[in-house]
Amino acid sequence: MTELLKISGLTKAYPGVVANDDVSFTVAEGEVHALLGENGAGKSTLVKMIYGLVKPDSGTMDLHAAPYTPSEPRAARASGVAMVFQHFSLFEALSVAENIALGMENPPKMHELSQRIRDVSETYGLPLDPDRLIGELSAGERQRVEIIRCLLQDPKLLIMDEPTSVLTPQEVDVLFETLRKLSAEGTAILYISHKLEEIRALCDAATILRLGKVVATCIPREQSAREMAEMMVGQALHTPKASGAEPGDTVLQVSNLSLPSATPFGTTLTDISLDLKRGEILGIGGVAGNGQDEFLNALSGETKTAPDAVQFEGQPIGNLGPNERREIGVLCAPEERLGHAAAPDMSLTENAVLTAVQRKELAQNSFVNWGKSRDYAKEIIKAFDVRTPGPGNAARSLSGGNLQKFVIGREVLQNPDVLVVNQPTWGVDAAAAADIRQALMDLAAKGAGVIVISQDLDELMEVADRFCALAGGRLSSSRPTQGLTVDEIGLMLGGAHDAEQEAAPEAEPTHAE
Amino acid sequence: MDLSAINPVVLTASLMVAATPILLAAIGELVVEKAGVLNLGVEGMMIIGAICGFAIAVETQSPLLGFIAAALGGAVLSMLFGFMTQVLLSNQVATGLALTLFGLGLSSLMGQSYVGIKAPSTPSLNLGPLSDLPVVGKILFSHDLMVYVSIAIIAGVWYMLRYTRTGLVLRAVGESHDAAHALGYKVIRIRLLAIGFGGACAGLGGAYLSLVRVPQWTEGMTAGAGWIALAIVVFASWKPWRVMIGAYLFGGITVLQLNLQAAGAKIPVELLSMSPYLITILVLVIISSDRRRAALSAPADLGKSFHASL
Repeated sequence: MTELLKISGLTKAYPGVVANDDVSFTVAEGEVHALLGENGAGKSTLVKMIYGLVKPDSGTMDLHAAPYTPSEPRAARASGVAMVFQHFSLFEALSVAENIALGMENPPKMHELSQRIRDVSETYGLPLDPDRLIGELSAGERQRVEIIRCLLQDPKLLIMDEPTSVLTPQEVDVLFETLRKLSAEGTAILYISHKLEEIRALCDAATILRLGKVVATCIPREQSAREMAEMMVGQALHTPKASGAEPGDTVLQVSNLSLPSATPFGTTLTDISLDLKRGEILGIGGVAGNGQDEFLNALSGETKTAPDAVQFEGQPIGNLGPNERREIGVLCAPEERLGHAAAPDMSLTENAVLTAVQRKELAQNSFVNWGKSRDYAKEIIKAFDVRTPGPGNAARSLSGGNLQKFVIGREVLQNPDVLVVNQPTWGVDAAAAADIRQALMDLAAKGAGVIVISQDLDELMEVADRFCALAGGRLSSSRPTQGLTVDEIGLMLGGAHDAEQEAAPEAEPTHAE
Repeated sequence: MDLSAINPVVLTASLMVAATPILLAAIGELVVEKAGVLNLGVEGMMIIGAICGFAIAVETQSPLLGFIAAALGGAVLSMLFGFMTQVLLSNQVATGLALTLFGLGLSSLMGQSYVGIKAPSTPSLNLGPLSDLPVVGKILFSHDLMVYVSIAIIAGVWYMLRYTRTGLVLRAVGESHDAAHALGYKVIRIRLLAIGFGGACAGLGGAYLSLVRVPQWTEGMTAGAGWIALAIVVFASWKPWRVMIGAYLFGGITVLQLNLQAAGAKIPVELLSMSPYLITILVLVIISSDRRRAALSAPADLGKSFHASL
């Protein structure tokens, strides 16, 4: 195989942090090359330099053995480098074809473009209707838009940043088929992920980054996932352990909860029922945007429902607000850390007061007791190993993983009877994620009921006693996680409702081969 | 009360004249907001356009040069807003409000020596046989050039937003500046151009007030027209033709209530005076009452500052 991209000695420093330090590696034509590393290891900065969004301080890049210095993404695209972003760079209120036209240098007329989109999507088994609005599409379909946008440029190198984090197992299979086909046609793929099993299944080579430096290279098929994980973090990992206690009485019951969506692109919840027992963890899987946020809001009290739809120990609480629910012991930790779970510009102490003021009695006669509040913030920081100079620091200044530990810790230390968390370890590095999972399991062992909403199925398999799937605003019935296979989960996630929709287009990949 | 004094043909013809200032200001603001910028300084840019246009028209005795100067004046003032909000990242709401106050003050200073002077008259176009048509000719084909220019701008903006790449990029920048930046579009440059276009349109609207509609210079003569233009953009759900409906509705009711006052209708003058504002907003609220659809057409990044970080 001939060499396509050669990176040598690439360095990029930001004030206070060296994002990339003397990074070198090569990618051959048709190779699927993995870039591995924890959050903050410098993967994103590296690919942004390759895509022309960031200029390196020093070091060189060569493409097709010629110097390659893209000054902007346009130049990168002109050289045959395309990128699919982690957070989709799509415009919700525009149509698929319009979105694709925006990513092209010289787009053809709209109807010609629509035809080309149909052709390419059929060739690669990625069904897509050019006239639909992005806001109406599922995460998997949105990703297809990004991929097709890249494919229409006929790229030599395709960069994919965490492409599977929002996909169901079946969608991942479809994506991998497409990528293998591209690689067979000679397109090199630079694949960024921290899902090690996927990398073992797909990639030919891997470069592992830690704190901006290349620490190892390996052939993923010849390594175990655990070995690669330890290369990533540079230390041995510990796996959380469940207590194996028997579940107790029902503590939270949701019956026939239906909620119309408040925004045009939100999800309507339909007829959701579940019951949660003391001492157990209920895992709710599903791709983001299928009603997770809406469901969490209904449980936290941000959205009020009919009183009987949500019951705590047999008492109707559907019409109570968040503060009243906290008082009786129903606590929540929402997904979006900055802006929903925590106020970015307020200190950790102030953020601690915001949800713990009642249960921890941090206020007397409407006056906040700052001494006591600071002590509580310190207690969280200590118990959950939050890396921060002190409780006076603004929430914004913490890294994602540290803030997540603080947010989860703030709720767990209030000894809730029910705790609902949404994506507890999203964007959190492996060691911190293990700590958070352990804390949730310890809380359940002490007799609380815990609901974990997550896209990470491995995580749910690890912590949850029972599993159910949320798809299209409907919740499946629950099944014990013990003995559940990936295929069964995939079917639950697809949901009866989606199965009808997907049946027709899903038939096409096989037809195309 | 003598309603027979109100001639429906004259009334309809004059509503187009009454609506044109707001129409121009609103279509400019629509483009600015579609690019994701909320410029509350429309009133200030209008009145600067009014005095610039008036002064140059008086000095040169050419209304055409006056309108060009008005567009330039509005655009220059809007660049002040553009520089503050796009480069220095100041708050758009506060900066826009300041721009209105600044424009009102600066215009009275500039206009001190022009109070009480009469502007050179802007001729009506002679469209030959079209202007001679009964009723229709009087209503549609006997106006000055700017009325037709304003309608052409509406059509042009509609076509540009809907069918051209420029329009697509503009909408994309207003929809998600981060995504547009990631694709390599120059968010700040595009927004500055949109702001400049909005300023020029507002300036033209102001000059139409001082050169055609009134036509003379008085301090604070825009009298809230910029604010109603802002309201029309929102309630028209950012759609160019609906902006025109809104502006003509406002103009029509303004003319009608003036006629009713003149005819001595037994309705308190205060009620009549507020009716154009009230009815326009009411009608547009009803048109845009489907909130889900309205949310779809609103630019998602409206009023947010863009900073290309990392």
